Amino acid sequence: MTRPLPTWIRLHLSSLRMLLLFTALTGLLYPLAVTGAAQALFGHEANGSRIERNGAVVGSSLLGQRFDLRGKSPHQPGERPRPDPRWFQPRPSAGGYDPLASGASNLGPRSGRLLAAIDRRRTDIARFNHVDPATVPADALTAGGSGLDPHISRAYARLQTARVARARGLSKTAVDALVNAHLQSRILGFLGEERVNVVELNAALSRMR
Amino acid sequence: MPRTARRPGRPHGPKKTTDRSHRGPGGLPDPALFRHALPGACRKLDPRTLYRNPVMFVVEVGAVLTTALAIEDPSVFSWLITVWLWATVVFANLAEAVAEGRGKAQADTLRRTRTATTARRLVDWRPGSRRPEERPVPAAELTLGDHVVVEAGQTIPGDGDIVEGIASVDESAITGESAPVIRESGGDRSAVTGGTRVLSDRIVVRITSRPGETFIDRMIALVEGAARQKTPNEIALNILLASLTIVFLLVVVTLQSLAGYGRAQQPLVVLVALAVALIPTTIGALLSAIGIAGMDRLVQRNVLAMSGRAVEAAGDVDTLLLDKTGTITLGNREAAELIPVGGTEPLALADAAQLSSLADETPEGRSIVVLTKERHQLRARAEGELAHAEFVPFTAQTRMSGVDLGGEDARQLRKGAATAVIEWVRDNGGQPADEVGPVVDGIAAGGGTPLVVGETITGGAGTTARVLGVIHLKDVVKEGMRERFEELRRMGIRTVMITGDNPKTARAIAREAGVDDFLAEATPEDKMALIKREQAGGKLVAMTGDGTNDAPALAQADVGVAMNTGTSAAKEAGNMVDLDSNPTKLIEIVEIGKQLLITRGALTTFSIANDVAKYFAIIPAMFAVAYPSLAKLNIMGLHSPESAITSAIVFNALIIVALIPLALRGVRYRPASAAGLLGRNLSLYGLGGLVLPFVGIKLIDLIVQFLPGLR
Amino acid sequence: MGATLAGWLQILLLVSVLAASYRPLGDLLARTLTDRGHWRVERALYRLGGVDGDADQTWPGYLRSLLAFAAVSVLFLYGFLRLQNHLPLSIGMPPVPADGAFNTAVSFATNTNWQWYSGETTLGHLAQMAGLAVQNFLSAAMGIAVAAALLRGFTRRQTDRVGNFWTDLTRITVRVLLPLAFVFAIVLVAGGAIQNFHGVREITTLSGDTQALTGGPVASQEAIKQLGTNGGGFYAANSAHPFENPTALTNIIEIYLLLVIPVSLPRAFGRLVGDQRQGYAILTVMVLIWAVSVAIVTANEVHGAGSPAGHAAGGMLEGKEQRLGVWASALFAVSTTLTSCGAVNSAHDSFTPGGGGMLIFNMLLGEIAPGGVGSGLYGILVLAVVAVFVAGLMVGRTPEYLGKKLGGREMKFASLYILTTPALVLVGTASAMASRGARAKVLNTGEHGYSEILYAFGSAANNNGSAFAGLAAGGTWYNTALGLAMLFGRFLPIVFVLALAGSLARQRPVPVTAGTLPTHRPQFVGLLVGVVLIIVGLTYFPALSLGPIAEALS
Repeated sequence: MTRPLPTWIRLHLSSLRMLLLFTALTGLLYPLAVTGAAQALFGHEANGSRIERNGAVVGSSLLGQRFDLRGKSPHQPGERPRPDPRWFQPRPSAGGYDPLASGASNLGPRSGRLLAAIDRRRTDIARFNHVDPATVPADALTAGGSGLDPHISRAYARLQTARVARARGLSKTAVDALVNAHLQSRILGFLGEERVNVVELNAALSRMR
Repeated sequence: MPRTARRPGRPHGPKKTTDRSHRGPGGLPDPALFRHALPGACRKLDPRTLYRNPVMFVVEVGAVLTTALAIEDPSVFSWLITVWLWATVVFANLAEAVAEGRGKAQADTLRRTRTATTARRLVDWRPGSRRPEERPVPAAELTLGDHVVVEAGQTIPGDGDIVEGIASVDESAITGESAPVIRESGGDRSAVTGGTRVLSDRIVVRITSRPGETFIDRMIALVEGAARQKTPNEIALNILLASLTIVFLLVVVTLQSLAGYGRAQQPLVVLVALAVALIPTTIGALLSAIGIAGMDRLVQRNVLAMSGRAVEAAGDVDTLLLDKTGTITLGNREAAELIPVGGTEPLALADAAQLSSLADETPEGRSIVVLTKERHQLRARAEGELAHAEFVPFTAQTRMSGVDLGGEDARQLRKGAATAVIEWVRDNGGQPADEVGPVVDGIAAGGGTPLVVGETITGGAGTTARVLGVIHLKDVVKEGMRERFEELRRMGIRTVMITGDNPKTARAIAREAGVDDFLAEATPEDKMALIKREQAGGKLVAMTGDGTNDAPALAQADVGVAMNTGTSAAKEAGNMVDLDSNPTKLIEIVEIGKQLLITRGALTTFSIANDVAKYFAIIPAMFAVAYPSLAKLNIMGLHSPESAITSAIVFNALIIVALIPLALRGVRYRPASAAGLLGRNLSLYGLGGLVLPFVGIKLIDLIVQFLPGLR
Repeated sequence: MGATLAGWLQILLLVSVLAASYRPLGDLLARTLTDRGHWRVERALYRLGGVDGDADQTWPGYLRSLLAFAAVSVLFLYGFLRLQNHLPLSIGMPPVPADGAFNTAVSFATNTNWQWYSGETTLGHLAQMAGLAVQNFLSAAMGIAVAAALLRGFTRRQTDRVGNFWTDLTRITVRVLLPLAFVFAIVLVAGGAIQNFHGVREITTLSGDTQALTGGPVASQEAIKQLGTNGGGFYAANSAHPFENPTALTNIIEIYLLLVIPVSLPRAFGRLVGDQRQGYAILTVMVLIWAVSVAIVTANEVHGAGSPAGHAAGGMLEGKEQRLGVWASALFAVSTTLTSCGAVNSAHDSFTPGGGGMLIFNMLLGEIAPGGVGSGLYGILVLAVVAVFVAGLMVGRTPEYLGKKLGGREMKFASLYILTTPALVLVGTASAMASRGARAKVLNTGEHGYSEILYAFGSAANNNGSAFAGLAAGGTWYNTALGLAMLFGRFLPIVFVLALAGSLARQRPVPVTAGTLPTHRPQFVGLLVGVVLIIVGLTYFPALSLGPIAEALS
């Protein structure tokens, strides 16, 4: 059986061989090489910029977390978890800061649901922090793009200091100083936005005292 | 024949006037033509012919659809739309019918010349046959290679070449030129055309065309548009228009479903109206009229193009080969200057030059008399006025002409070729002044022809002979040619002058005329080689020719214009025939070719740009109820949804009629660079096409809003 | 520094680095596409793959190789996804369902990278890196290869050969994409993007809650995802996810990466046709459209025009990350929708009506400003052919572009090209609107829900891949319909472009004279922009008016 295969079959077989070769090159060799170099050069970053406390990983400084009251009264189904006043609160999240459910709310600019949510958040946050509803900044009222946004604006951080200090029995000045220390300005002065990393801030907060 | 007579060889110069026959005032087509074209326009509604024009075919299908809908559920609005959709198709057909109508009128005139002629066929004619046998046959039965005899007063029965005799022929039937032309056997003036009339003498003609394929037959077919095929460019444009039509049909067909999302479904009549408004009806309606009118414009200038493809190619020409004589220069040389030598008084030279030329009836001779009169106020003396004068005519042997004056001191004057006259002076014992040589050479180097004037006086003191001076004859470049070539250069067209002159002379004339290049001492082979060289570089070449030895080059050139006076071989080889036999017309042909393409492009742009305004009329009209915010798009402030849609459709139909004159006349063409032309046409037809419909639709809306059903 | 100044500086920085790489990268691409020699690794690939790296192919031959390779790619990827549970590094992920696997296989092989799924809950690491990311390289290289064939059509004379698909594919991958991707993957890791093979790890958070930390070879995929204008994210949140795009600096690098090849290709084009001015003219058209779009979207987002939610919240931050802010999100959104990349760093669904509408319009332009890698260049050249045709008539000559005449054949292929995507978008959207089930999948109500469906088909048919992600685009109907839209939206235009290339290559070039329409002047740039806007505007005006326009005018 040495009859040559039809041209079109040979063409597809060559294609498959080329694909397998490219898979080896760009699908295995390339990511392995990047991983090797990355682990060697930037191990901390490559592994997710983890934050450790007492030897245990408590999060990633890149991923936001929930800081809710837990354990005391199990949530009723449909009941929203209540924020823990001892922590700085992150932005609302469409996925509840679950890295397995990243994403945004995708609600449109004229969505009634979004408008209602914004109103509700404004009221809740104002009440929670004992501030004037008009002072609640936009980032506190809206969910981010990833559902994992670890950052809040300076305004939202400042708005929370009094409440956090009170709940933790700390002086407001000390908490203010901590916030200021965690205030990150725009990269190179103009890239992105000014922000405070809530996870890092709360980690620092938990180390106080 | 309703055509202004033109003299062959008349320099046309940069003139842009078009033939006014069949035209009403202001260059518009005669309203009568529209009337005549109307029945034809309605006949063209037959879908079996209309399908060839996909855009208008779609409109017709739409019209049928709305008619059915209007009958089923009558309303003022649906009937209005229906009527105007039908009108749109009729207007499109009208454009084509009007364009064809103009050709038909000409074809009818031509057909009249084709009345049944009886030919006098010669059986077994051989050159020199004394009394060949003659047999009468109907002209229609003549075949290739037959010989016929035609005598004064008879009509030539078919196309052919004269093989014996010489005759004056009235060719007005095809050229519109009443002055007879001379046709003779042998050489480049041997071709005769069937349907023309012999005025004097007797000729024997060998028939070179089959029955039904004569020049007149082809001419009729051409002007009638019967032989019309879509040109490559028209095909390409049609493809673009068809695909735009498909896109817009898709837009409309899918729109119903999209509108369903917001419960804003539209009546079918409205969707049909939208589709018709969007597809490029303006250019679709006028496209074939533009092509026919382009051919027609050539016919108006007495040029017959054998195919539309040739006309299009004319617009693309990169290189023009122009014969020097008759195209760039006047046919004859003129005396431009008198240069005395050896201390001769200028007046004495002028007097001698005049006397020697009095009997010289050649144009050169006459021009010398004219020059002496203008420059030296010498009155031209009549031949009889001089006593004892004996005129010596020019012969090829002596290469001189002149006059012998008797009297006390017998005086002989001669003018002619430098070597001949100098030799004559020497023979008579004279010594030509030293400066003669350089003067003669200088004139020759400058592209001119030197004529030397010499005299001998035989008196008591014996004979003295001397050279008086030199007459500078030069080629006269036609007026306006320099500017013409300048224009061509700006259009990106290179001109090459073809001449039999030596390179020195050729260069001088080329410089004076302002052509880009020249081919001196040109043989037909040189010409052919030049064309092939240009074409190898991707260039398109146009040329004119008349001789049999031009035929290969005419066939090779992309645009070959044969002179009607030329041989039938030349006429066969070229793809155009100029009935006026005016080589300068090549430039006009190029312009007509360009104008044809520009008109298509301009109306396409206009047609597409129109859609913007139509959207602003129709979309808010369709959807403002379901989507109130879309009412803001009604920037024209149109009265009601129905009036808005009606106005758009009415505008769409009327703009076709309004543009018929433009399509027939062609957009104004002024030689300019490509960027300049584009800038002008884009702002006129692009921007104009964007703005005009806003105004037009608004104006129509102001009227139709008063119709009862549209409030 | 105010937000406005910072925003402008951000744009300025992006433009300057793009300008700086225009020449070197363009020259590299030109060299890669014209080089006569082979590298040793390339020769090894040809030998092992059993292909002839030296044969010059006719356009049908080129097309056959391309389609065979694409078919094998789709089938292979489909199998990969269906069987991923049997493969290593699957981190416990089940097989992908049939319709979803079809959709994703097509999506990645067509450079669309539309994602109906969430990467973090659907795919294992091996499927991501050895399945999807491989196509990130190859589909990108394929786009550039087709552009190269078209350029050869313009530059070659009187031949029926347009190049060799295998050499084009291999060289672009080996010489351009791989080295650049490697360097930028490391850069992204340095900025914080992760690169490991960890599975999901449950941790206890600061507040005592639990969180599932994910791992994966993200940076290596991120680099080629941007560079190849693929856009398929490792995670559902795509470039909004902090592991993919950790900072504003990595953000600007990612925007740079997705723009740099399409923007530099005009340089290669100019080099190949031997007239840099032609390249600059095309580049100018791309930049003009991009700049205007950036201005419109940014202005809309900054002012929250027509967005009650933006006004209620005091800023358009819904769906946008705090570290990036409005300016960087708008810049990313415009760049990704104009390049067929489709990566997103914010939720387009939550943009203002005007801003979001503009993003849809960007895609409907046909991905030409600057468009996908390769596809952007061939797309805009086809539109240039149409523009030259209409304008060329207006200068009174048979239209010609770069010395090649545009006759019936050329117009046929150009017309079919510009016909294909509108047909797919409109028919696709219309059938979704006609189907009650498909209609029900929208998240938002009213015009905005309509826009979600229009966006989906606009994105799929134009091989963009981004989404108004409120649409629940999983499920058999959308996976099939959008899969077909992607498939035809990619390969039908490629067929027409290659046919056009063959038709052009056969011609003898026409010399340029003063009568030739100049295609390098501002006049032509204006003309081409006009033709693009008019053709696209007229095609989509009704469809847009029922969604984005109606919403924006409210």
